Amino acid sequence: MSTDETGQGGTRAGAPAGSAGTQGASGRNLIQLITPEGERISHPEFDPWVKDIGDEQLCSLYEDLTAVRRIDVEATALQRQGELGLWPPLLGQEAAQVGSARSLRQDDFIFSSYRENGVAYCRGVDLTDILRVWRGNGSSGWDPYSVNMATPQIIIGAQTLHATGYAMGIQNDGADSVAVTYFGDGATSEGDVNEAMVFAASFQVPLVFFCSNNHWAISEPVRLQSHVQLADRAAGFGIPSLRVDGNDVLAVMAATRLAVDRARHGGGPTFIEAVTYRMGPHTTADDPTRYRDANELEDWAAKDPIDRVKALLDRKGLLTGQFQQHVKDKADAVARELRAGCIAMPEPEPLDVFKNVYSAPNSWLDRQQDHYARYLASFGDPAGATSQEGAR
Amino acid sequence: MTRMTFARAINSGLRKSLENDPKVILMGEDIGVLGGVFRVTDGLQKDFGTHRVVDTPLAESAIIGTAVGLAYRGYRPVVEIQFDGFIYPAFDQIVSQVAKMHYRTQGAVKMPITIRVPFGGGIGSPEHHSESPEAYFTHTSGLRVVTVSNPQDAYTVIQQAILSDDPVLYFEPKRRYHDKGDVDETIDVRTALPMGAARVLTEGTDVTLVAYGPLVRTARDAATAAADEGISIEVIDLRSLAPVDYATVEASVRKTGRLVVTHEAGQSGGLGAEVAASITERCFYHLEAAPVRVTGFDVPYPYSKVEMHHLPSLDRILDGVDRALGRPNSLSGLEG
Repeated sequence: MSTDETGQGGTRAGAPAGSAGTQGASGRNLIQLITPEGERISHPEFDPWVKDIGDEQLCSLYEDLTAVRRIDVEATALQRQGELGLWPPLLGQEAAQVGSARSLRQDDFIFSSYRENGVAYCRGVDLTDILRVWRGNGSSGWDPYSVNMATPQIIIGAQTLHATGYAMGIQNDGADSVAVTYFGDGATSEGDVNEAMVFAASFQVPLVFFCSNNHWAISEPVRLQSHVQLADRAAGFGIPSLRVDGNDVLAVMAATRLAVDRARHGGGPTFIEAVTYRMGPHTTADDPTRYRDANELEDWAAKDPIDRVKALLDRKGLLTGQFQQHVKDKADAVARELRAGCIAMPEPEPLDVFKNVYSAPNSWLDRQQDHYARYLASFGDPAGATSQEGAR
Repeated sequence: MTRMTFARAINSGLRKSLENDPKVILMGEDIGVLGGVFRVTDGLQKDFGTHRVVDTPLAESAIIGTAVGLAYRGYRPVVEIQFDGFIYPAFDQIVSQVAKMHYRTQGAVKMPITIRVPFGGGIGSPEHHSESPEAYFTHTSGLRVVTVSNPQDAYTVIQQAILSDDPVLYFEPKRRYHDKGDVDETIDVRTALPMGAARVLTEGTDVTLVAYGPLVRTARDAATAAADEGISIEVIDLRSLAPVDYATVEASVRKTGRLVVTHEAGQSGGLGAEVAASITERCFYHLEAAPVRVTGFDVPYPYSKVEMHHLPSLDRILDGVDRALGRPNSLSGLEG
């Protein structure tokens, strides 16, 4: 296996073994509460953070994980069928997203990247809204204030600064909510993420940096991004960090709850590295077989975040036929709703292109809109006006 | 009316905004204890506290990016970029985030952010301290770009920019910071001339001369000098660079038939090109001559001993006026 459990055991090509190119030499063990085999193991420091998660909650988490995977698979299928322009799969990262999102209050505010569709699901974002951008039917899917989650950011790492600023606002307001920002391993190389950590530490804002280390930034492995474990970078900014098994939903919850609690009570920012794996391509436009070893995929498949909860439920005797049917029915219903909502999205109007550029009128834009409206009207036939090719 | 410097007028406008709205928050490098490198924010931290007037770490992208988050939270951040040449590290946050957030969220999230940028040359500074980057931002949809040329406007427009629900880049002509003028601090900024409007400064009949920011004073001086030669120049202070108030420029050109545009920024792809093209489209049959641009050269901002050659001077502007009028000029006899 090319990556050990720390996920960063590889040696950078061309660098001598044992040099600075070797990562994880000083590596911390991952926080883990459920083994890949589904065994609940005790952890004196983190068990207390999830002591309220009983059988019922565990079943509920399993249901969420399954629904999120089903959304992802269905959306991938929709893309393959030409219904979506693009889709960024989160396959394999369900536990990192569900475990963290389920640790937040509804008045906490999230700034994420484009891959956190499982987080959006947990926040209660309408399923059709999750697809809107990817179908090309809107600049964004939802009103951020309706779910307290900003619409997904495409520019890598830019959202970490927005979260930091939002957290500065929370601090100024004297509120006890927190901001959470999600980003990937690749983003840690961006200046914005580093500037966000400087500001967050300087002002001790209530913020959680949630880094989903899924090992690949498109085709670039994490070892190209960092010579140290990502969690270790935070120390240089004076930010405490946690390194958690990102495929262990319970461990992710424990880590996130600790970090959120610290932020809520004036303890400042925390950096969480959730070590997980992107089982699919970067997006549906990507071909990971060009850069990724099939063995690596197999190794990670054995650590599947859903299988291990399932195994745990089985050990506990909770995996009854009735429960499994319930989970399947739920996932099926979610998939049906997702597909129906996608296909039923109304087509935008031509002049919608001009909407919401500014809050107040802008003479340049008003003129262009007026001219384009006249152009469209010149076809006489309102239906023909939307067809711009071959209409003359 | 109070007589005060340009810098003091901006300070007074910022103070008013801080007093009027608890959601207004100032951020930037050295703006607190020091009062900014140009002292524009002098005394504000002392009077409003470190949570309203925030000294930030040295990270331009973060200054803008955190302002985005504050705006998300309902604040109206006013950020200072210390010098024009330092805005580039923040470029992505300005053009990809600040400018597009309202569009991206389909109107749900407003970005009432004011970005103050001391800009332009003529103060003998080293490189990165004298640039005119306005065209990068006038090209970006979602932003409003304004500049001011006198203390009264400086006082009024900064408050209008802060009141705007759209993001505004507020370019401050730093070589005019110490110019003095009368400022009516009792003015109602909501009913004053809006920041989007151009203003005719001196009426004339022969040539329309469009200027903004630091060159407005030079343009007025040129008009005075030209009057001695019997040439009547109508000087327009553009004030708003995006959008440009073309109605005002157009009305003037229809009257004079000739257009000269001047700015410190380099010529290619500059605002002068945009004004010339737009006016040509709008009043081609009223033009007696091709529009003329008198601008900085397409060079990196030069070292201070030669910067006066780069910056449009009164004489270079008058030479441009001569070209528009078909009078003998430095390019006479040159084809094309």
